Amino acid sequence: MDGYHFTLAGADLIAFGSGALFWPEKDLICVSDLHLGKSSRLLRRGGPVLPPYEVKDTLYRLQTDIMLSAAQTIVCLGDSFDDLEVESSLLEDEVSWLNRLQAGRCWIWIEGNHDPGPMNIGGTHLKQLHIPPLTFRHIPNSSQSWEVAGHYHPKAQISLRGRHYSKPCFLLDENRVVLPAFGTFTGGLKTQSVKLLELMLPNALAILTGKKSRPIPMPR
Amino acid sequence: MKTAATAYLFAYKREWHLKIEISRNISKWLVGKNWQLFPHQIAMLRSRHQIAQLLIAPTGAGKTLAGFLPSLMELEQKRSHCLHTLYISPLKSLAADIKRNLTVPLEEIGLEIKVEDRTGDTSSYVKRRQRVAPPDILLTTPESLALLISFEDAPRIFAGLRRVIVDEIHALAETKRGDQLMLALSRVQALAPEVRRVGLSATVEDPEAIATFLTLSPQECLIHFADPGPTPNIQMLEPLENLPWAGAGGRYAIPQVLEQVRNHNTTLIFHNTRAQAEIFFHELWLQNEEVLPIAIHHASLDREQRQKVEQAMVNGELRAVVCTGSLDLGIDWGDVDLVIQIGAPKNVKRLVQRIGRANHQYNAPSKAIIVPANRFETVECIAALEAVRENDLDGEPKGAGPLDVLCQHILLVACSGPFLTDVLFKEVRATGSYRSLRRADFDECMAFCINGGYALRKYDRWQRIICRPDGQYVLRDPRSAQRIRLNVGTIQDTDTLKVRLQRKRGGKPLGEIEELFAASLTPGDTFLIGGEVVRFENLREMIVEVSRKSDKQPKIATFTGTKFATSTLLCNRILKLFEEKNWEGLPQETKNWLQLQDDLSILPKRRSLLVETFPRQGRHHLCIYGFIGRNAQQTLGLLISKQLETKGLAPLGFVATDYATLIWGLEEVLDPKSLFSLSEFESGMDGWLAENALMKRSFRAVATISGLIERNFPGQRKSGRQATFSSDIIYETLRKFEPDHLMMRMTRADAMSGLVDFSRIRQMLTNVGGRIEHKRLRKLSPLSAPLFLEAGRVPIEGQAIERMLVEESELLIEEAGLKIKVC
Repeated sequence: MDGYHFTLAGADLIAFGSGALFWPEKDLICVSDLHLGKSSRLLRRGGPVLPPYEVKDTLYRLQTDIMLSAAQTIVCLGDSFDDLEVESSLLEDEVSWLNRLQAGRCWIWIEGNHDPGPMNIGGTHLKQLHIPPLTFRHIPNSSQSWEVAGHYHPKAQISLRGRHYSKPCFLLDENRVVLPAFGTFTGGLKTQSVKLLELMLPNALAILTGKKSRPIPMPR
Repeated sequence: MKTAATAYLFAYKREWHLKIEISRNISKWLVGKNWQLFPHQIAMLRSRHQIAQLLIAPTGAGKTLAGFLPSLMELEQKRSHCLHTLYISPLKSLAADIKRNLTVPLEEIGLEIKVEDRTGDTSSYVKRRQRVAPPDILLTTPESLALLISFEDAPRIFAGLRRVIVDEIHALAETKRGDQLMLALSRVQALAPEVRRVGLSATVEDPEAIATFLTLSPQECLIHFADPGPTPNIQMLEPLENLPWAGAGGRYAIPQVLEQVRNHNTTLIFHNTRAQAEIFFHELWLQNEEVLPIAIHHASLDREQRQKVEQAMVNGELRAVVCTGSLDLGIDWGDVDLVIQIGAPKNVKRLVQRIGRANHQYNAPSKAIIVPANRFETVECIAALEAVRENDLDGEPKGAGPLDVLCQHILLVACSGPFLTDVLFKEVRATGSYRSLRRADFDECMAFCINGGYALRKYDRWQRIICRPDGQYVLRDPRSAQRIRLNVGTIQDTDTLKVRLQRKRGGKPLGEIEELFAASLTPGDTFLIGGEVVRFENLREMIVEVSRKSDKQPKIATFTGTKFATSTLLCNRILKLFEEKNWEGLPQETKNWLQLQDDLSILPKRRSLLVETFPRQGRHHLCIYGFIGRNAQQTLGLLISKQLETKGLAPLGFVATDYATLIWGLEEVLDPKSLFSLSEFESGMDGWLAENALMKRSFRAVATISGLIERNFPGQRKSGRQATFSSDIIYETLRKFEPDHLMMRMTRADAMSGLVDFSRIRQMLTNVGGRIEHKRLRKLSPLSAPLFLEAGRVPIEGQAIERMLVEESELLIEEAGLKIKVC
């Protein structure tokens, strides 16, 4: 399967160019930080009126990955919704699209800082998920290892013959993998930021998303 | 103490006797100074009751006094204190300068008039006080005025306003800032219907257009012309030695320039770009053996540095200033007696305005020298000199008022309180640029402000502006007023990063460089800023940290600066020069060169398009002499090479100047005439543009101005950058789901006329009307030769980005000694 193949704690995993993580042995796909409903939340708080297509676009890309991998378990690694009120702003066809994706699959919402409580939207709500040898949680816990986490929206910046190039990326070392944000309306935190430098080991890799996923040493 | 600038503001010693009823105090003061009024100043005083009047006058003609005199007359009789006159200038520093220069005479005349400025630099305490108790005369900028009208107490602030003075209106009229200003004034006029407008302008090609821009449409605007003064004394540099074939820096002329500086009191040395100014300044100092006090001034320098230079200039401490457009406007400096323009002027109007900076004695001719940077530019310089002599000024016709500015205006009006759309539409239509605004376009902007105006109706519950039962529109959430005000303005930050010395070396701010340039630096690289060579150390929180180096040559020669495209008028004059073969004034070597071109190929003409093809070093070349300015020639390069790619002619790259585009590839182009079809270009534009970085840049500007994207948030934190996301994402989303949304249409319109400049390609094809002259040559032509030396070659990419990415990531992995399987 297309993507960057690697092993974490003995589990064979694939980082897709889309930003999703696939675990073939478990037929499991994991995405983080969908931030569904971001545009509505900004507007609700008196902010600008962004294009209302971000839920559709995110679901469309998620659907593509689910079909491609034929995964049976979908883990959304927290901050799936931009806040708990978003539910009421989802359109009917957006909800039914989500329900169609959930039908016949095991769907797990891990809670994040933006969406700490359960929502009336199908699937199972968990604080974290342990499938040996890996633990899925939203915010990385630097005292733990063998974890799959999100939260930071890592992005890597490199210079291509003077051309400035920046892409969301996975961060990977022998303790953990940190997923990029999957949602359409999300930004990124540079790998050089203190939080990420402290979290990752010196030999960590950044796996750039894009048409293909590409590993580079984590830019520091 | 009276500064030199004050003297210039009020100096008008002329033997002119006119009877005019000015107040005793003012005339006593004039007599005391032995000063008399100019005819245009008297004329403006007499017609002060006109709804709008425009003064066209060269520098030094007492423009500012002409603008303020009616106000002083009225204020003398005024009893109660309230805002009487609003003065708007494009520059903060000008507002502060005028304040200084008004205060002294007001005291001398004995008028108790309160004058204050209000700009981005004014403290919030003073700003609040000004809203409660406004001064008699308020000096401000378009942005600060836009903010003022957005306050709920705007009706009270402007209730007593009688006069508005718009300074440097010719500069404002060319930009979106001007459109914003005039929209704000339409609001002010609604609050204070008696307001009279005065515009002060430098010499322009189309005074009527400025008048239309200024007036309260459809009322007439009176235009006054000051005596233009004696014809400027302007020449090309002599003798021209070692003139290079290509390049734009004019470094070869440094010894002659120094000689001129030595022979004059104060010289302004203008450059077209900051990068060129930096390099020239650096080289100038390497040759400045007498240590003549020469400074540099441009917009990327740190504000404190700039102010120092300005102060030194006012104090008469400098013999020369190397500068860019940052000194095109602004404070009148007494002692400038020579202007040197390095590089072809690109635009006659700007050249004339720059020349006007020399010699502010109104009745003495300004003196200027232009220095062609390369051989071809001698032709452009001669053409420009002719145009100046014939007072033939260029200018693109001003387009209709942009809709993004209108969107911002609607939001600002909503911040001030409830409004009716019909009333607002009428107000907006009274603004010159928006006098032909269609109701449908206005309604679309309104819809955008209400709920985004998207085809997908998702936000009806959370509209930004809601309609009350009484038909008035108001902000739904009062919190958004603060957010909207925080994002006022139409000036776009080109992505620049601050440069400062490393903290351990004092952390002194030096200026700014473009983000793209910063991204290309690796630690250890040296470059120029503020005339000194610095070494790039690191990038910390979006600040470029550097250390000083004593190197003579920077490793990185240049950074990208905005390049002005040569104007249509100037291009046509060059072609006319070719046709008439009237080459007097050109250096002999240039004459020989042009003659050789005529012998071996032909010279380009006005009503046809010359295209040459020839082989060189195993590559086939195609040279298109469009004479449509650099931006349009660049776009032409992209469009033609795309066609060549489709035809399998394997183009490899191209380079563009203001006059021509040179494309090279593996196959010969046998039938170049077939390439120039407007419909082909137009469909090519659609595909190419959508993906292009220029388009994304235009989108960001449009989306920011119209309030779709916020640059500033309340309580902005330094961390948490993952919460903000790039405007490119919004652009891509709209492109995918609603490509015809108002934002996208505005973006296309802006890109076509601005950086992409497709309008000039269209214009050229119409002019040429199929008359394409193809010369198939055995070797390169004389006129095409300099193109081979030109910097800024564009490789044709196709898969190049992906390929470079593969190379780079493998290289990095290898360098790090990691062994990874790349799938």
